Amino acid sequence: MTLYDEEFSARRRLTLRGHASAPGGTRTAQPVHATHAVRSEQDLLSVRHAVRAATVEAGFALVDQTRIVTAASELARNAYVHGGGGSLTIEVLGHGPRRGVRLTVRDQGPGIPDVDKALTDGWTTGSGLGHGLGGARRLMHEFTIDTAVDRGTTVTAIRWNDR
Amino acid sequence: MNGPRPSAVPILRLGDVLVTGLLNELDDTSALAFTDELTERIAAEGARGVLIDISRLEIIDSFVARTLTELTTMARLLGARVLVAGMRPAVAITLVELGLELKGVETALNAEQGMSALGWSQVHQPPGGVPYDALR
Repeated sequence: MTLYDEEFSARRRLTLRGHASAPGGTRTAQPVHATHAVRSEQDLLSVRHAVRAATVEAGFALVDQTRIVTAASELARNAYVHGGGGSLTIEVLGHGPRRGVRLTVRDQGPGIPDVDKALTDGWTTGSGLGHGLGGARRLMHEFTIDTAVDRGTTVTAIRWNDR
Repeated sequence: MNGPRPSAVPILRLGDVLVTGLLNELDDTSALAFTDELTERIAAEGARGVLIDISRLEIIDSFVARTLTELTTMARLLGARVLVAGMRPAVAITLVELGLELKGVETALNAEQGMSALGWSQVHQPPGGVPYDALR
């Protein structure tokens, strides 16, 4: 799986705070495009189902499905616990045989004061293990954080299915 | 009903081992209620072992990982050994990439091997007698 990921390392990018949010503006999203509320524990469960369905739709194999659903669970939980609730938008991206799933998780919470620290394994201010954000980044191919103190946080994450 | 809310997860007792399992649809509140109930059962029933089947879990995120790690530590402090059994291969791969190793949590490939590690033998041998064969 490491070799597989290395192919994508060139495509990975990490935009820190202050960057204008224009995630994948040139790409065309396929029909699956839905926004789900993340405002309750029940929402955390239903969001997983929706993301799973999108990964199946995009033709991902089981391990990749599991990676994406797990990343979605981490990001949605962050929005719920730290951001005071928010939303998750799921898009199936398509470029011929190359397909992907983009997750966009938004909240209007306090923002992340120190993104580098938040991405460090073991750093936590909440109830997890501090692997949520950094772990989710490792599970996806592209990962962008757009955050400002008191203005909320938007995380955009994509995983592609080609190799 | 008074007392703590039951977690809706069955906890069975086999001798001095408690057998239970986590469901995919467990929300955070139920997971915490389950932890409370299980630790109370360990103390009340003097359990020496706990088998937690996780073969139904389609994903393990950092919250569930933390729940399992804490549960294992609490049980150990109460004198019981926890075995987490039946993790799906895709979940194991994802957990490692996520950076979660479930340190200190003993695992088994499936519930049967987990029970065996807790001292339960698959072949029942009555003490001191001829093994009973139900087919004979």
